[in-house]
Amino acid sequence: MPLVKKGEIVADAYLHLGDEAEIPENDSALVLAARFLADPEAILNRGHSTGVIWPNNRDLDELVPYLGKLGVVALVFPTFRDGRAYSQARLLRERYGYKGELRATGQVLRDQFVLMVRAGFDAFDVRKDADADAFAATVKRYSVFYQPTGDGRVTALHRRMQARLAANTP
Amino acid sequence: MYAYDEIDRTLVNERVSEFRDQVKRRLSGELTEDEFKMLRLMNGVYLQLHAYMLRVAIPYGTLSAPQLRKMAHVARRYDRGYGHFTTRQNIQFNWIKLADLPDALEDLASVGIHAMQTSGNCVRNVTTDQWAGVAPGEVEDPRIWAELLRQYSTMHPEFTYLPRKFKIAITASDHDRAAIKVHDIGLRLLKNASGETGFEVLVGGGLGRTPFIGKVIKPFVAGRDILSYVESILRVYNQYGRRDNIYKARIKILVHELGIEKFSAEVEEEWQAMRDSALQLDDEIVADIRSRFQYPGYQTLSDTPDELTAASADPQFERWLNNSVAKHQKPGYAIVTLSLKPIGGPPGDATADQMDAIADLADKYSFGEIRVGHEQNLALPNVAKRDLPALWQRLDELGLATPNVNLITDIIACPGLDYCSLANARAIPIAQELTRRFANHELAEMIGRLHINISGCINACGHHHVGHIGILGVEKNNAEFYQITIGGRADEGAVVGTLIGPAVPYDDVANVIEDIVESYLALRARPDELFYQTVERLGVEPFKERVYATR
Ligand code: HEM
Ligand code: SF4
Repeated sequence: MPLVKKGEIVADAYLHLGDEAEIPENDSALVLAARFLADPEAILNRGHSTGVIWPNNRDLDELVPYLGKLGVVALVFPTFRDGRAYSQARLLRERYGYKGELRATGQVLRDQFVLMVRAGFDAFDVRKDADADAFAATVKRYSVFYQPTGDGRVTALHRRMQARLAANTP
Repeated sequence: MYAYDEIDRTLVNERVSEFRDQVKRRLSGELTEDEFKMLRLMNGVYLQLHAYMLRVAIPYGTLSAPQLRKMAHVARRYDRGYGHFTTRQNIQFNWIKLADLPDALEDLASVGIHAMQTSGNCVRNVTTDQWAGVAPGEVEDPRIWAELLRQYSTMHPEFTYLPRKFKIAITASDHDRAAIKVHDIGLRLLKNASGETGFEVLVGGGLGRTPFIGKVIKPFVAGRDILSYVESILRVYNQYGRRDNIYKARIKILVHELGIEKFSAEVEEEWQAMRDSALQLDDEIVADIRSRFQYPGYQTLSDTPDELTAASADPQFERWLNNSVAKHQKPGYAIVTLSLKPIGGPPGDATADQMDAIADLADKYSFGEIRVGHEQNLALPNVAKRDLPALWQRLDELGLATPNVNLITDIIACPGLDYCSLANARAIPIAQELTRRFANHELAEMIGRLHINISGCINACGHHHVGHIGILGVEKNNAEFYQITIGGRADEGAVVGTLIGPAVPYDDVANVIEDIVESYLALRARPDELFYQTVERLGVEPFKERVYATR
C-alpha cells in the first residue's frame, strides 16, 4: 500500500508491529493502541520515534497525555463508509493541538481525500496505486469550502465578507 | 429566492466534474459497484427495480421558473417526460441512464440546481415550510437559516459518512408544515423573551421501522450558535451512533438508548468545548445571506378585487378558491396550492409539459416563484387576488386545479412496488383507487381534512405512521397485504397512529378505508370534528369493530 505525504508517494519510515513482534530499540515503530497503553513510557523512551494506531471506537482521552511525544497517530477507516475517524482527526488537530503526522489507514480511497485533508490528515495509506498517483490532482479538485475546519481554508461565508469589504474600501 | 453567486456555482460545477470522473471510472471498471454505490448515492443516484433514479434537491422547497423549466428539460431529454415530487422537497426522475447522468446534472447546474446529498449517510436536503416567507404570522423567513444550514452541511468533511442519513427540518410558524417532529433534528424558529432570534431544538424524530417523535433537547439556542450546536449533535452521533445494524443506526435509536438526558448532556459538553469557534454566525454573515434572498416587489392591492367578486358566482371556482387558496402576508395577495393529486393519477407526478406551463404561470402570476411542499403538491406563493380567476382557468385546463388540497384524495404515497426495489407492495395503485372512490368533491368536503399516507414497506417513505389514516404494505404468503393505522399526525401535535388490526389484502384496502370513513361520519360529534379528533376522543375500538365485523 503506497504511503502518500505532501502529495507524493514516499517510503514508510515506521515499522508496523503486530501484537507479538518485539519492539525494536533502534527503529521507528508503529504500535497498536492497547500495546502502547500497556507501557507507554517504555515505548516512548527508546530514543526512536513512535507512532500509535488508534481504533475509531476508542476515546481519545487516553491518548491525549502522550500526543506531544508521538511521531504518528494513525486513525482507522475499517471501511470508507465508517466516518468516525474524521471526528477523531478534527479533535486531535483542533482541540488537542496535535502537530505530528496524522495518518489515514484502512480503506483509504481517492474519493475521500479532500474530506480527509480538510479533517486534518496529512499522510495517507492509500489502498490502490492508481489512487495514490492521482492524489495531487484529486485534492485540487475543489476550490470552495463551506465549513471552517482546522485546515485554515477560508470558508465561502468569509470569502463573501472579504469581497464585500474590498468592494467598500477605496 | 436565494441567488447563487460565483462561489456557490463553482462548487456545484466542481461537484459535477468530480461525478463525471467517478461515472467514467465506474464504467471502465476501475471502481467496483460497492465503491461507486456511496458516491452515486451522495449525488442522488439510486438503482431501482428497472433503472437508475435521480433525486434532485429543491432546497427549502423554493424553485424559480427557469429552474422548473430545466427540470422539464431533464424529464424530456433524459427521462420519460415526467418527474415525481417527493415528501422531502426533492424531485425524482425514474428512468435515467448512468451514462447520461453527468450531462443531466450539468444541465441542472446551469440554473444552480444539484443533487448533492439527496441520498447517502450524510446531512440531507434541509427542508422547511413550503409557505416560508409568505405565511401570515411566521416569526421570520426560515429559509435564511435553511440556506445557512445547507451551506454548512454541503460536503462537510466530518459528517459525510455518518452512521445513517440525517434530516433537518425547520419551521417558523405555529402550524408546523415541515413535520419537524419526525426529523433527526427539528428546528422551531422563535424569539426569546429579550427578542433574540433562535431555535427550539428537537432531536431523534423519525419514522421507518421504529417510529419516534422528536424530543426537545434544548428549548432555546440563539441563531448565532445554531451551527455549533448542530455540529455538536452531529459529532456525538458520528462517534456513538450504532454502525453494527442498519436498522438501529439512525440518531433516534441513539437518543432512545441513551435517554434524552444523557444524550443532551453529551451534546452540551461537546458544545461548551467548541461553541466559541469559527462556526459562530455574526450578524453581518446572517445579513449577507439574508440580502441574497430576493423578495417580490409587491404592490398595494385590494384584498377584495372586483375580479374575485365576479368570479365567485361560479361554484366551481368558489370551491377551488375555498380549498386551494390560502392567506398571504400581504393584503391583495394569496398563496395558491397546485394539486398534483388528480383523481385516478399517481400522487406527486408532473409531466414536462405541466412543469413548463407552471413555470410560465409563475412568471405571469407569482413573481417567477414556485414552491414544493412535503405533501407532494406545488404552490404559487405570490398570486395577486385579482388574478385568481384567470389563473384558475389555466390550472383547470392543465389538470392542476383539483380542489382536494388536505382532503381525503390528497394522498401522500411512496413509489412502492411500481418502482422501488425495497417494496413489499404497491402504493400508487392503492392511492389511485382511493381517489376514484372518493372522487365526489361534495363527499370529500363533507368528510373534511383527512390525510391518507401510504408506504410500500416499513421504510415509511410515505410517512404512513403520521397519516390520519396510514396504509403500510407488507408481504404475507407472497401476496400484498396492508396494515392500517389511524389517528396519526405529522404537525405540531405529531403522534404515531395506532394499528387497527390484522393486515388486509390488496383488493380490500379501499373497502376498509370506506368503512373507516363511514364510521367516522356516523361517530363524529360535530361536522367540524376532524377525523383524527374523533379517533383521539373515541380510540380505535369503534373503527376496529366496524372493519373486522364482517371480515
Ligand atoms: C424509490 C426509491 C426509494 C428508496 C430505495 C427509498 C429508500 C428509503 C429507505 C431505505 C428509507 C429508510 C431509511 C432509514 O430509516 O434509515 C427511506 C426513508 C424515507 N424516504 Fe425513501 N426511498 C425511496 C423513495 C422515496 C420517495 C419517492 C420519497 C417521497 C415520496 C421518500 C421519502 C422518504 C422519507 C420522508 C423517509 C424518511 C422516513 C423516516 O423519517 O424515517 N423516499 N427511504
Ligand atoms: S417506503 Fe419502502 S417501498 Fe416505499 S419508496 Fe420507501 S423503500 Fe420503497
